[in-house]
Amino acid sequence: MATHVGGLTRTAPPISGSAASADSRAAVSVRGLIRSFGPKGVLNGVDLDIAPGEFVALLGPSGCGKSTLLRALAGLDHDVRGSGVITVPDRVSVVFQDSRLLPWDTVLGNVTLGLREHDAEARSRRALAEVGLAGREKSWPHELSGGEQQRVALARSLVREPQLLLADEPFGALDALTRIRMHGLLQDLVAAHRPAVLLVTHDVDEAIALAHRIVVLDSGRVATVRTVSPDVGSTADAAGHEALRRDLLAALGVVPASGAQPTTPAEPAAVGH
Amino acid sequence: MSAAPVLERPAVEPHQDPALAGRDDVRPTGKRLGPGRRRRLAWLLGPSALLLLWTAGSATGLLDPRILSEPWTVVATAGELLADGRLQENLAISAQRALLGLFFGTLVGAVLALLAGLSRVGEALIDGPVQIKRAIPGLALIPLLILWFGIDETMKVLTITLGVFVPVYLQTHAALRGIDLRYVELAQTVGLSRAGFIRRVVLPGALPGFFLGLRFAVTGAWVSLVVVEQINATSGIGYMMELARTYGQTNIIVLGLAVYGILGLLSDGTVRFIERKALLWQRTLAG
Repeated sequence: MATHVGGLTRTAPPISGSAASADSRAAVSVRGLIRSFGPKGVLNGVDLDIAPGEFVALLGPSGCGKSTLLRALAGLDHDVRGSGVITVPDRVSVVFQDSRLLPWDTVLGNVTLGLREHDAEARSRRALAEVGLAGREKSWPHELSGGEQQRVALARSLVREPQLLLADEPFGALDALTRIRMHGLLQDLVAAHRPAVLLVTHDVDEAIALAHRIVVLDSGRVATVRTVSPDVGSTADAAGHEALRRDLLAALGVVPASGAQPTTPAEPAAVGH
Repeated sequence: MSAAPVLERPAVEPHQDPALAGRDDVRPTGKRLGPGRRRRLAWLLGPSALLLLWTAGSATGLLDPRILSEPWTVVATAGELLADGRLQENLAISAQRALLGLFFGTLVGAVLALLAGLSRVGEALIDGPVQIKRAIPGLALIPLLILWFGIDETMKVLTITLGVFVPVYLQTHAALRGIDLRYVELAQTVGLSRAGFIRRVVLPGALPGFFLGLRFAVTGAWVSLVVVEQINATSGIGYMMELARTYGQTNIIVLGLAVYGILGLLSDGTVRFIERKALLWQRTLAG
């Protein structure tokens, strides 16, 4: 069946008052999603729902299809074979791993990109202030640090007031300290704007710290789904946090070193031949 | 103050900031691999050196005036030709031809590059013929153009146009095709319209290539101009030089060469100036 994949991505019907059915209340609905590059199946029947305002982290080892799923939701997989039904809201924003700022446009120009409203510039200035970059509107992207560039990218996606924010390892290229600051910033922004979020990451700690629900993808299928209670997420429940962390690492195929023994580098002599 | 251990490497030359005068400035320096800071008017150095050599050669008699006129004779000739109006007249007509050809050639090259760069149909239709045109030396078309258009201005401007549009097309098209696909995806995710995509992503992304093509085009326009004016013209700098050859007037020939050289330098400098202003966002070795 030669289905045109682009035709499978349709926007959700407008939410019309209180008459919305249970199904249309989901911000995102994915049913039986199959995607393949050549003979190799990348997604082998993925079902996923995201409620409005829900923060979902998508974990998985490299090559498990995380990014393919995100790109399908973003409508960026024109030439990929596949089938399934995807429903997403009207306003979807994407944050990529690279900040993807146009080098020939100023910071402000990058945020206003694609906005058609008459107050686009004022709103973009407010969005830049929100990510702590007021006063940098006239800068060129190359004059900013990596973390600042990614904050511009966040401002660019939030100025559109998205109902769904798709983030593909947005902090993967940042240093550890900047990443922690960006976690706080993203939490504040999401609390203020309340979009549904799908965060693709390979960082278990990042997923636990940010998400309401964690989906582990393995071999193109949903392998594990875990909800994260606020206490576990904020590490107030340290034991629960550690248990969840172990479970997720196990689901990802990482066997943690046994806790009793301090990890020492293995001596070559100790390795049996 | 205790003597701090200083790395045993040479200090850089003290900097010139008067606010810091008298303060220590000892720093370890790595070898600088970039060309360093840009200096104003530095480009004048090479041409000035050439001029100096020429003057020295003439003054010492190493250069025979029958082979190459002295600089002061050329200046005097320029004065005479300016006084009787021949130089301005010929310069105006030459500049008009070159600028018209440059204008039409740049327009055609840029539009064809956009059409070929933005659609597969456009590329299939346009790129092949342009590559064929590129393989034919532009001046080989002159006999045909003379048969079609005679020897009036149309033929001259057309010859220049045909020489100009190829480099503009090639460089702009290459730059268009080189625009990172990631930016195309971005344009899609922020919901840019087709027109917005061209205005905000395609045109700025192709601009460096366009300017490179334009610099080739400017030089090419003067080359084509010389040829059309020396083959069949009754006006223009090239005609003036051709006439001088008949009478053995080396000084006018050299004056014509100098005028071409100055025009070439000026036009290239103009394009580079606009390029620097338009591409402020670029950070390169050029500085």
